Amino acid sequence: MADVLIDCDIHPALPSSAALLPYLDDHWKEQVTTRGIDGLDLQSYLPSMPISGRPDWRRGTDKPGSDFAMLQSQALDGFGSSLAICNCLYGTHAIYDPYLASAFAKATNDWVAAEWMAKDKRLRASIVVPLQAPDFAVEEIERRATDKRFVSVLVLAQGEMTLGRRMYWPVWAAAEKHALPIAIHAGSAYRQAPSSAGWPSYRMEYYIADAQAFQAQVLSLVLEGVFRKFPALKVVLMESGVSWLPACMWRANKTWKGVRVEVPWVDRPPADIIRDHFRLTIQPFDAPPDKAGVEQLCEQINSDRMLLFSSDYPHWHYEGTDAMPPHIPKSIADRMRSANALETFPRLTQTI
Amino acid sequence: MARHVVARTSDIPAGTNKVVTVGGREIVVFHINGEFFALLNRCPHEGAPMQKAQPIAKLDSDGPGEYRRSRVGELLRCPWHGWEFDVRTGQSYFDPHNCKMRSYPVTVQDRAELALGPYSAETFQVTVDDSYLLIDV
Amino acid sequence: MADVLIRDTRKPQPQASLEAKPKSRLRIIDCDIHPSPKCNEEVIAFLPKRWQEHYALFNDHLRVPFMQNLPYPRSAPRIARRDAWPPDGSVPGSNLAFMREQYLDVVDVEYGLLQVLDLFVYSQQNLEFGAALARGINEWQVECVSKPEPRLRASLVVGQDDPAAAVKEIEHSAATGQFAQINMAPRASEPLGRRKYWPIYEAAQAVGLPIGLHTGGYGGHAPTGSGWPSYYNEEHHSNAHTMATQLASLVIEGVPERFPMLKFVFIEGGFGFIPGITWRMDKHFERFRAEVPHLKRKPSEYVRDNFWFTTQPIDEPERNRDMRTLIDWVGVDRLLFSSDYPHWDFDDPRTAFRIPLSEEERAKIFNTNARAVYGFK
Repeated sequence: MADVLIDCDIHPALPSSAALLPYLDDHWKEQVTTRGIDGLDLQSYLPSMPISGRPDWRRGTDKPGSDFAMLQSQALDGFGSSLAICNCLYGTHAIYDPYLASAFAKATNDWVAAEWMAKDKRLRASIVVPLQAPDFAVEEIERRATDKRFVSVLVLAQGEMTLGRRMYWPVWAAAEKHALPIAIHAGSAYRQAPSSAGWPSYRMEYYIADAQAFQAQVLSLVLEGVFRKFPALKVVLMESGVSWLPACMWRANKTWKGVRVEVPWVDRPPADIIRDHFRLTIQPFDAPPDKAGVEQLCEQINSDRMLLFSSDYPHWHYEGTDAMPPHIPKSIADRMRSANALETFPRLTQTI
Repeated sequence: MARHVVARTSDIPAGTNKVVTVGGREIVVFHINGEFFALLNRCPHEGAPMQKAQPIAKLDSDGPGEYRRSRVGELLRCPWHGWEFDVRTGQSYFDPHNCKMRSYPVTVQDRAELALGPYSAETFQVTVDDSYLLIDV
Repeated sequence: MADVLIRDTRKPQPQASLEAKPKSRLRIIDCDIHPSPKCNEEVIAFLPKRWQEHYALFNDHLRVPFMQNLPYPRSAPRIARRDAWPPDGSVPGSNLAFMREQYLDVVDVEYGLLQVLDLFVYSQQNLEFGAALARGINEWQVECVSKPEPRLRASLVVGQDDPAAAVKEIEHSAATGQFAQINMAPRASEPLGRRKYWPIYEAAQAVGLPIGLHTGGYGGHAPTGSGWPSYYNEEHHSNAHTMATQLASLVIEGVPERFPMLKFVFIEGGFGFIPGITWRMDKHFERFRAEVPHLKRKPSEYVRDNFWFTTQPIDEPERNRDMRTLIDWVGVDRLLFSSDYPHWDFDDPRTAFRIPLSEEERAKIFNTNARAVYGFK
């Protein structure tokens, strides 16, 4: 297994809603085509902006990540990945109509299965779910449960409610039952401002704000007792930036020591729960500027199990074909290549 | 270690506490349901005076939304940051082995028993038929 | 047995360790002290009669669900340390004699920067009332706190979501020379880097006062990008996220670029969040540079030159020595000691830092950094 590399976050892109038509029923086909239900790329991932696609991973004005052959050659062959997890960000996560959202979720997952995973045995995927209606999200998870190529459940860092809340527990129950970690991916459903500060002027600020949104979700899941309820559940933070983690753990512990009485089901320090239940994909890595800083940060994270290799293809965070950030201590980097992913996504080890 | 007489039991009604000074240390003596406990009057976190600590129940939980109370009044919530300490042992709730308040054994003796000693020369005036609190420091 | 007694030890003696003076004769500049009026009416009495009558009927008006309490119940009543209630029964922070006896004199405060949270002026929905209230709070601070206790320096509060009124208040009150900084709240209706607030920055730079951003505000946005958390544990922590986001907003929207002399002090956010957000801004700056051509320097350079951060609630790394790393990453020049007296998560200057600090570091954190930022002689 020494050479196995598992990429936990790549992004095949839906060219448009039209690509989903074969996977929608007659009613939704008609709705999509007669009402023009298209152009549902998430605001967070405007295709034309530089971060959405590295120049050498683009072709003309095509959406980055929309070409299968390019993805194969660049993301899979290019990095030498044995397996890669597809996280398709389009439509579903931000649609208001729960039935439309559910139809799009099903169609997106069908599309990923038929047009990506079926064509390259290295590809796996997170299940896109309509969190707008938790019961439909459970249905979609149950629908994919026997297809072991689906290895996680995809939600956004910024949605309608903090993810620890009771309304979502049936979804986490289904995920736990089927050994599916929750993949929280950067991005927003734009239901509310990306932070308590309000609505920013620039896309750069929006992207930056995701780091705080991830922290809020970590706190929510821990403090609402989701891991007491679902002790086998794991959560993967994808495209989060990573380096905010130690300060977040420290402050969570600090607050809990004093105000534990509010959340007595949190029966051990939040940092211990975070280390047991959360994993983070490495790209982008908002790194300290020097080797000593990266090493200090890794010591503060204090776990060789938490970090997962990812390329975040086709998003632009680095140059070249080595997506592993520099200076990460070898013992951690070695486990990041595949061992941590295999522990985190149990279904990766199962044959198709 | 010396045994010091610090107060009469009647000085500290149930549910209250009293700060005494013994050997240069400020010690807070709590009276909880007929028992007396003595702790250094200083939270190990940032030094808050524990005499203003809130006595609360020990609060455990079997899961979200479950609140299991026991030993009502025997946990002290630090008046500053809210850390919880077991009044009997001084142990913190969140890290009982590594974080604790200094606690001191307390004995109750009546006047007749006190006559038998031993105790430190720095003692409280023992003049009435009453029971007295002794702390080993 | 009456004869046993030697010495009456009933009277408490000062305990040597609690009363220990700092190693050097360092006086402390505490950048966050919360005075309170004995009751809100004490402040309202400074407002014109028209507004006193208004307040008696309509009170204040904030985007919060409850009238007499904060949205998320705090750790203790009035957010306060349980031992900070004065013996006369008045509310914490309202009795100057007690504040001196319990805190100011004990740790030897040279200057304390005042932060008034009562009648939360920053987020008043009725903007006219808010403007009158700002004036009243500013006058109250000077008359009722700074004059009797000159160590305590007032902060000029403004209703930030009415920038025109805020500018008027700055121009009026700054001229008295009684205010050390101009205060806004970081949970406003828009991110503080937005142009709407630039007239306030222009006015602040013109009068040469820093802007203080004290944790809090009811701008109408949830504490997180996914709505309202259930617990105070979450909401308290989210104050650090608010600070991180505002740092990003001010830098990225170009406020320090446009107002290079303007200083910002982030108050009551702690400082653990700073490295992560600074690294993140620098990392993604290259990719987004074309969107923000007004930025002539890297984000971290603006942070280093225009921003200061008070220390409370001090971060508590799992290994004490990581506080050393944290200070090195943030830069000791950026740090201003604050206690947050009389609140429950108060930091005692004698015990807050769990690592040794050099004499130079102690002087900077506890005094000379703030001295320079606020222009104290």
